[in-house]
Order: sequence, then C-alpha cells, then structure tokens
Amino acid sequence: MAIENTAPLTLEPLLTQENRTPLQNALRRLFRHRSAITGMIILSFLIFIAVFADFLAPFDPTKPLPDIPQSTPSCIHALGCPQDQPQHIFGVDGNSRDFLSRLIFGARLSLQIGVATVSFAIVIGTALGAIAGYSGGWLDNIIMRAMDILLAFPGLLLALAIVTVLGQGLINALLAISIVSIPVYARIVRASILQIKELDYVTASRAVGASPLRLILYHIMPNALTPLVVQATLGIASAILEAAALSFLGLGAQPPTPEWGLMLGEERNSVFNAPFLVFLPGFGIMLTVLGFNLLGDGLRDVLDPRLSNADVK
Amino acid sequence: MLQFIWRRLILLFPVLIGILIVTFALLRLIPGDPCYVILGERATPAKCEEFNKRFGLNDNIAVQFMRYASNIVRGEFGDSIRESRPVVDILTERLPFTMELTLGAMIFSTTIGIFLGIISAVRRNTIVDVVTMIGANVGVSMPVFWLGLMLMYVFALQLRGTPFFIPPSGRLTPGMSITPLEEVWKLDQLTGFSKFFIGLLSHSAIFTTLASGNWEAFRDAVWHLILPSVAVGTIPLSIIARMTRSSMLEVLGLDYIRTARAKGLPFNSVVWKHAFRNALIPIVTVIGLQIGTLLSGAVLTETIFSLPGVGTQLVNAILARDYPVVQAFTVVIALIFVTINLITDFSYAYLDPRIRVQ
Repeated sequence: MAIENTAPLTLEPLLTQENRTPLQNALRRLFRHRSAITGMIILSFLIFIAVFADFLAPFDPTKPLPDIPQSTPSCIHALGCPQDQPQHIFGVDGNSRDFLSRLIFGARLSLQIGVATVSFAIVIGTALGAIAGYSGGWLDNIIMRAMDILLAFPGLLLALAIVTVLGQGLINALLAISIVSIPVYARIVRASILQIKELDYVTASRAVGASPLRLILYHIMPNALTPLVVQATLGIASAILEAAALSFLGLGAQPPTPEWGLMLGEERNSVFNAPFLVFLPGFGIMLTVLGFNLLGDGLRDVLDPRLSNADVK
Repeated sequence: MLQFIWRRLILLFPVLIGILIVTFALLRLIPGDPCYVILGERATPAKCEEFNKRFGLNDNIAVQFMRYASNIVRGEFGDSIRESRPVVDILTERLPFTMELTLGAMIFSTTIGIFLGIISAVRRNTIVDVVTMIGANVGVSMPVFWLGLMLMYVFALQLRGTPFFIPPSGRLTPGMSITPLEEVWKLDQLTGFSKFFIGLLSHSAIFTTLASGNWEAFRDAVWHLILPSVAVGTIPLSIIARMTRSSMLEVLGLDYIRTARAKGLPFNSVVWKHAFRNALIPIVTVIGLQIGTLLSGAVLTETIFSLPGVGTQLVNAILARDYPVVQAFTVVIALIFVTINLITDFSYAYLDPRIRVQ
C-alpha cells in the first residue's frame, strides 16, 4: 500500500473530552443508531399528524358528506380524477365520508390507543411485580402464578375472551389488551427488584430507616427503568396491532369511529373494487407499528449493550 | 431427561387448574343473572328456576367449579345456545382446519425464516442481508388481516388467468367434494373417543383426501391453504429470520468454527454441520414462542378467507353471545398452546443437555 494513501494520524486529546452523563451518552448513541433514527422520523411524522389532525383534515371524519351520491364508486384524486367528480385525495369511503380525514384522525386514535394501553399495563404490572419481588414468600408465589396463568393463553385469544365478558367497545378492548400485557411488566420489575434488593446500598438505605415505598421508588425502580422503557416501546407496537385486530373483528371500536382496524373491517368486502380503502388504513397501522418497533430495537441496543452483543461481533 | 420431563409435567398442573379457573370465571363474571344473559328474551322467572336447577347454578360455587372441571376432563363442554347441539361436535368440525392452517403457516415460516436467517448471517452486510433485515422489520409490523386482504387482491384479482392465480377464499373449489373417512374405511357405529378422533381426522381436508387417494381434491385443499398460511406465517417468519441471523452470527464468531475452517473443511459444511446445530437452541425457543402468534393469526385469517376454522366460529359466537362455545374454544386453544409450549421445552432440553441438569 502506498504511503501517501494513508490518512495522517490525528490524536484526539483525551483531556478536552467533556464529561457526559449516562443519559447524554445514551442519547448520543441513540441518534447514531440507524433504525432508531428511522423509527423516530416515522413517529414524529405520525405525531405531527395526530397533534394537528383538526387542522390537517379537510372534512369531518365521522359525518357523511352531503353532496356525494351513495352509489358513486369512489374516485381517488391522488391517482387522477375526472374534473366532474368530487375531488377527494384518497377518495370517499362506503358511507360517503372523506377518507383522508378519517385516515388522519385514525393516526391520532392509534397513538392514543397504544400509549393508553401500555401505560395502564405498566402501572398495574409494576405495582404487582414490585409487591411480588419485594415481599417474596407466599404473596410473591400467588402473584407470579397468576401471571403465569395469564401467559398460558395466546394473547389475542385471552383478549377476545375478556371482551366477551366486558362487552364490545373500544374502551373494553383496550382494557382487555392491557390485562393481557400486564404479566410481561410484572416479570421485568420483579426480576430487577430481586437483583437489586440485596445490594449493599439498598440495605444501607433500609438501615437508615427508609420505608419500603421509598426504597422501591428511589433505589430500585431507576434500575428497572431500562428494560421497562424498551419493553414499553415494543409493547405499544403490539398493543396497536391487537387493538386494530379487535376492531377489525367488530369487537373494538364501533362505527363511525375513525379507527384504522375498524375502517379496514368495514371496507374489507370492497377489496376487489376499491383496494385503496383497504390498503391505506392497513398501511397506516403498519407504519405506526414499524416506527415503534424500530425505536424499541434501537433503544434496546443503546440502553442494554449486553443484548446486542450478537450483532456487534 | 426423564426426571426433567416429570418436573415439567408437575409444574404444568397449577397452570392447567389456572386455565380452568379463568374459563370458569369467564361465565360468572358476565354482569347480570346468567339465566337472563343466556336465555335472553325467553327468560321468565319460572324458566330461570328450571334453568338454574338444570345447570346447578344454585349450588355452592366450589361445587360448581368441581363439576365444571370434571366435565371438561371428560370432554363434555355442554351445548351451544345458538345451534343447540353439543359444543364437542362443533369443535370436531372446526378444529382440524385451524390445525392445518397453523401447521401450514409454521412450515412456511420456519423453513423460509431459517433459510433467510442463515443466508444473511453468512453474507453479513451485503445487499442480501440488508434487504432481508429490512423485510423482517416490515414483516413483523404487518397486521395479519391486512396482509391477508392484500395477498387476496394480488393473487386472486391481479394474477387472475395467470398460472400464479391462487383462490382467495373457501376450503375447496365449489363443486369439489370429499368422501368422509367413515365411508372410506367402512367404519360405522363409532362411540365416545374413537368417534371424536375419527371425526377430527375426517374433517381435515388434507388428511381425508390423502387417505382416500383423491389427489385432485388434495391438490385443491393444499392450494386453498397457501394464501392464509403466508398471511399467518409472515410475522413468525420475520422473527425467526432475525433470531436465526443473530444466533448464527454469534456461533460463527466462535473459535471452533475458525478451527474447522482452518483445518480445511468446506465452508458450507462448517455452516450447516458445525454452526447451525449450535445456533439451533435459541431458534427452537423462538419458534415455540411463535405458537401463540400463529394461533391468534389463524383466528384473524380465517375470518378474512372465510375458512371453516375455530376462529370464524369463535368470533361469531362472541358476537352472538354464545358463551358455552366461547368457553370451550378458549379452554381447548389454551390447552393446545400449553401442550406445544411443553413440547418446545422438551425439545430444547433434548438439544442442550445443560438445560436438563440445572
């Protein structure tokens, strides 16, 4: 190799490198992680749509348009539309509502669904896991065996069964999906607590007289945060998928709610003559889920280097 | 190994009881008097009295649970309200198809998933790897029901008239029929378990056509299974491909692989014989974990492709508030799920001796 081709060695002065907190370090790595960035771009786009849905949507998503005859096969402006037809970018759905507006409001609903179900599951799961891990003994046994039983059912199936009991509707569907995902969070928190509760600094804190609640909140939880954040991000993805599935089956959101799964379900019989009406809501679901999955994978790589070892080699 | 199997079987017991408790509680937790809930408009106080007596609803709750548990163990699931016939009969008709679909999806996802995973591990950071991994990320995010509809649109409408046309719905092409197994094997007057078992087999289109040598119908049955299997199998396929890739990469970086290469063994034989075997344990685990996804996916996909499986029936039963059917189906699917998880545990105990003796 010719000598002039090698780049001159530059020594980075060690002392000038500023001290970064672990959080800053993690963020730096996150913004260099390719899939995390892709995920964040997708999600910021969706969040933007969700926040400004009221301004972006040209029509009311739930009210039928007055001037559209019911029988008109929907014409999609984005693909070119004759001048004499009503101009709607993504056409009009089977109940003569502007499809673009419904899609836009669907983004808002999807994000709300994902965040709401996972928050609920985390709160309950963390409480259960913390009680089980901290108290140990028979209470631990009872709680964790109950979690095992919940895990003995395929997720969607248990959610279906719970919806049967609670009755159909979006809120009940979300509750069902939350209940199904509680065990995962309970297990994570319990495992962290078991790992940490015997460590010296926790014992010291207890010796000084800290209450169990203080111990759990200030000393133990910060350590459980990493796996929780990763699991929550991935959990939002699967919650959105499951909620859409329940709505698709007619057991979740009820018409005329602009929910993507429900929109797909309503229009599924027109897949052969108006494929756009089926394609777009599903694409929306996929994009949202993809965003959360990519971000979740990125967070896992960044926050927990042990798990990503296989990829580093 | 035997000891390991025993220990796992004993641990299974509380879970089985838990499944029974949850499904028992399902019917009790429904708000309102069970009699009014189930009989609906036909309920009168006199009828309710009779109803409660017939189903023993006046007894102690523990007695009721014991009766329920013993019924399930004996395979008595009660009668469907909507169809007024035993739930077991419905189950025999519906279960075989769901099993076929789950199996089809599993074959599709494991073979292609493992293959793609190995290729991208071996050709790491090439275009093949990048495309596969992007595909896996997208595949894992796809709603099953949407994918099913899109496949239907492409293969049944866009490709109509080409050799790639695949029928969008139904179990068999209309007009095609299959002879029941009882006739093929000249069995009559079956009772009890053998009736149930032969019933299951004869409702599996693939098994029946194979047994009776009806090749045309067999081909048709398999043909109708392709699109649903692909739809159900895509998420597991993506997960399996990712797992295979990272597991293979880890193994390929180990010293003994370098030794094997250094002593002159051909690359392919090192990959398949030395590396793949050791990479298999996490892959088997992840395949086992996908069973839940497969069963859930089957429920969704059957409704789209209007297929005669457990899923369509379950959704209809939920919408019609046919509680005995929902209860029975939930129990049976949970049992299948638990059983397959158990088999997965055994298989990786078999693959990795360390797990047996912890």
